[in-house]
Amino acid sequence: MKARTSWDVVCKVEDLVPESGVAVWTEDGPVAVFYLPHRLPALFAVSHTDPFSGSNVLARGITGDIKGEPVVASPLYKQHFSLVTGQCLEDEDVKIETYPVLLDGDQIRLEVPVTHSETAAA
Amino acid sequence: MSKQTLIVIGNGMVGHHFLEQLTGSAAADRFDIKVFGEEKLLAYDRVHLSEYFGGSTHADLAMGTADWYAENNIDLHLNEQVTAIDRDQKTVTTSEGSYGYDELVLATGSYPFVPPIKGNEHPHCLVYRTLEDLDSIRASAQGVKTGVVVGGGLLGLEAANALKSLGLDAHVVEFAPRLMPVQLDTDGGALLRHKIEELGVQVHTEKATTEIVEGEDCRLRMNFSDDSHLETDLIVFSAGIRPQDTLARDSGLDIGERGGIVINDQCTTSDPHIHAIGECALWGGKIFGLVAPGYTMARTLASALNGDSEAAFTGADMSTKLKLLGVDVGSIGDAHGQTPGARNIRFNDEQAGHYRRMVVSEDGKTLLGAILVGDNGPYDTLLQYALNGITLPDNPETLILPESEGGAPALGPDALPETASICSCHNVTKGDICGAIDAGCSDLGSVKGETKASTGCGGCAALLKNVVDSELEKRGVEVSKDICEHFPYSRQELFHLVKVNGIRTFQTLIQEHGKGHGCDICKPAVASILATCWNEHILATDHVPLQDTNDTFMANMQKNGTYSIVPRVPGGEITPDKLIVLGEVAKEYNLYTKITGGQRVDLFGATLSELPEIWEKLIAAGFETGHAYGKSLRTVKSCVGSTWCRYGVQDSVGMAIFLEDRYKGLRSPHKIKMAVSGCTRECAEAQSKDIGVIATENGWNLYVCGNGGMRPRHADLFATDLSDEELVRTIDRVLMFYVRTADRLQRTSVWMENLEGGLEYLKEVALEDSLGIGKELEEHMESIVGTYQCEWKTAVEDPEKRKRFREFVNAPEKKDPVQQWTTERDQRRPVLETESA
Repeated sequence: MKARTSWDVVCKVEDLVPESGVAVWTEDGPVAVFYLPHRLPALFAVSHTDPFSGSNVLARGITGDIKGEPVVASPLYKQHFSLVTGQCLEDEDVKIETYPVLLDGDQIRLEVPVTHSETAAA
Repeated sequence: MSKQTLIVIGNGMVGHHFLEQLTGSAAADRFDIKVFGEEKLLAYDRVHLSEYFGGSTHADLAMGTADWYAENNIDLHLNEQVTAIDRDQKTVTTSEGSYGYDELVLATGSYPFVPPIKGNEHPHCLVYRTLEDLDSIRASAQGVKTGVVVGGGLLGLEAANALKSLGLDAHVVEFAPRLMPVQLDTDGGALLRHKIEELGVQVHTEKATTEIVEGEDCRLRMNFSDDSHLETDLIVFSAGIRPQDTLARDSGLDIGERGGIVINDQCTTSDPHIHAIGECALWGGKIFGLVAPGYTMARTLASALNGDSEAAFTGADMSTKLKLLGVDVGSIGDAHGQTPGARNIRFNDEQAGHYRRMVVSEDGKTLLGAILVGDNGPYDTLLQYALNGITLPDNPETLILPESEGGAPALGPDALPETASICSCHNVTKGDICGAIDAGCSDLGSVKGETKASTGCGGCAALLKNVVDSELEKRGVEVSKDICEHFPYSRQELFHLVKVNGIRTFQTLIQEHGKGHGCDICKPAVASILATCWNEHILATDHVPLQDTNDTFMANMQKNGTYSIVPRVPGGEITPDKLIVLGEVAKEYNLYTKITGGQRVDLFGATLSELPEIWEKLIAAGFETGHAYGKSLRTVKSCVGSTWCRYGVQDSVGMAIFLEDRYKGLRSPHKIKMAVSGCTRECAEAQSKDIGVIATENGWNLYVCGNGGMRPRHADLFATDLSDEELVRTIDRVLMFYVRTADRLQRTSVWMENLEGGLEYLKEVALEDSLGIGKELEEHMESIVGTYQCEWKTAVEDPEKRKRFREFVNAPEKKDPVQQWTTERDQRRPVLETESA
């Protein structure tokens, strides 16, 4: 069965920090949204949870590129994660969740899976 | 065929090296190996013994591990002295029992010679050879202030260094008219003496001690033959070594007239089944008191036991290169010019403190020997000329003249023949290094691992690096100093680009001088450079994305994503009211509190959104940010000083607060720690800091480039008896020079060690202004001091900046769900992974 998704508004453009990330709360948990204005597309969204520590910190990592791939470096143990695929560059067995993200006027929308119970709660 | 038994008596550097050689060879299978060591400890590096007082432990100095012995099936008996050898029965008797042998190796080393002076049996008369000796010296030095070393040779000066690092006023008493009489001539000895005395070690030459009696002011008094005397609390005898040949002597082996077990070229004694190596052995009428010849003997014997009929010890080069109390000393070959017809070329710069002497052959074509004091720069080149008989250039004097006077270029690694010995400890030639590189080694580390070069005394490290770099370059391997893939520059080069071109943002820098979008390596490095150059707020929009999370949120991220907060407590002085505020705030936010090593209070467990609220309260109570998150000045630790302490001679707290207020906020390649002690007892542990200040009767002594942590290093004495103004000016210059020239994440200790010319060069720059940039460095520092702002104050007052501290930008009230807490010893702490499972 295909999971249902929704395109939720998570924040506004003014909430974003150029070349960096912010964390938003979604129905799928904490997500890190990055705004890299020197790239096209400029918006990326990945899980905010660092898989190595289990802590919600990835939006606070430094962004950049490694061999052309846009990445964020975990602020705790410094592993790099691709902002496109979620792949960890240091450990091929580790991959974090990525989310489609778009700009709608001055609003940022994120496509997140919707689970029944959470929708009900919301 | 049953195995034979090989017994090695002695577990020192040479004995251990012999075992390494043997276990790596075919003969290992032929023998059951037993080793007897008199000391309790496994073989350790005696060459670097004085580092024991610099924080090194036996484990740091150990040559091998008990596991290594076990893995190689070597039966190791430590703390078990061999008392007799029965050559007829082929047995050895120890304190524990009796053991048969087929082959016996004596690696018993030497013992320190204690001159027969009346009173030398006093309990505070000590020697300097083993770690136990060092423990005794340390115990004897407790609570006293003066120590004397008898003997001004190489080991004596090492021992003086050890006394000095224990905080004693150190004296050296030498019988000869000069220091290091074997290696140096009159002028060289005089310069060394001058330099050592400048470092606070007093030298007394031409002194023959007649007796040691009870002292008046100190424990002991030494009376000299010229009717003078010296009071001291302890005496360390370091007047040469004598071969430890008692066992051999008692069992009737041939012994030299003045001691030493006579060996032939195969290192075999007068008994064909007994062999001797190292300092106990006498070859060609000579004892070799250095480690390299001992290693060569060990290799020779291992080869001979493997049936190599050509293995032979044919003597050894006794050239030495050392740093004694920080002073370079080098002696090569025929240093005293005793070869018939030898001629001398001397260069003596009393101003710079450099003495250099070359001894050349009559025809001026070959180098026979050399002496260097003050700067070992030319040593490697000269040694290669001497060892390999390379024909000298037409104007050989250019080899020892300063370069600015049109000197010949140093003998590049290219000019060395394949047979040139690079590392004499492990007998590694340039050819071996080329072989290792051709076999796949592509950097210095792997070449060292493969060939063992530069893992003995380490004296060849610089030469090895040159050879490796040059050979790699020849093979088309680029030796990269680039900071990362985005900038083809080192941190220092980036600093120049930023400064010279007036670049103020990362974007400009990467567009004009780099490629791509940057990364977590170059961004913080550039942020630090920009901060040093222009000192703008680190949360200015352009700088925010460059910083590590700790810098961005001005707190230290902990493993669960929360932060710790460390307000500045300058000099560790805090009022009761402020302490109460810290307690109240910690209580309100349920923060775990701990006192840090830098005399302040660390508050753990604040969430991102709590940070600005907490800081608002702290700032209202008069606190400032402590920069615990930054690559910048952390704390200036202090003892209580002359205000309260009956020993203090200056106001160390006042000076610490002044220094902390001056340098707070300075952005640098790595963190900087300082301390100020109010007297020589050094309660603030200033000698383990980047900048250490110790009060004297006349002002302040400045120490620089010390380090605690993973790689401890004692700070070097930089200048003495400075006034307040001189002290601040000197620190300004040293710090600013560091900030401008160090590599990313390079502490001052490593920076200084890598600085060409090291401590001396740094002194020239900071004290003598040799580069003419003293004023510029001071002005730069002054401008940074003048533009200081408390980053937290600026941040909490600016609503835009405060927005950054929202945990979830769309749900301000949402708490991070993964943070789980428990209570331990009455405080809150995170639930550990192992507990939550």
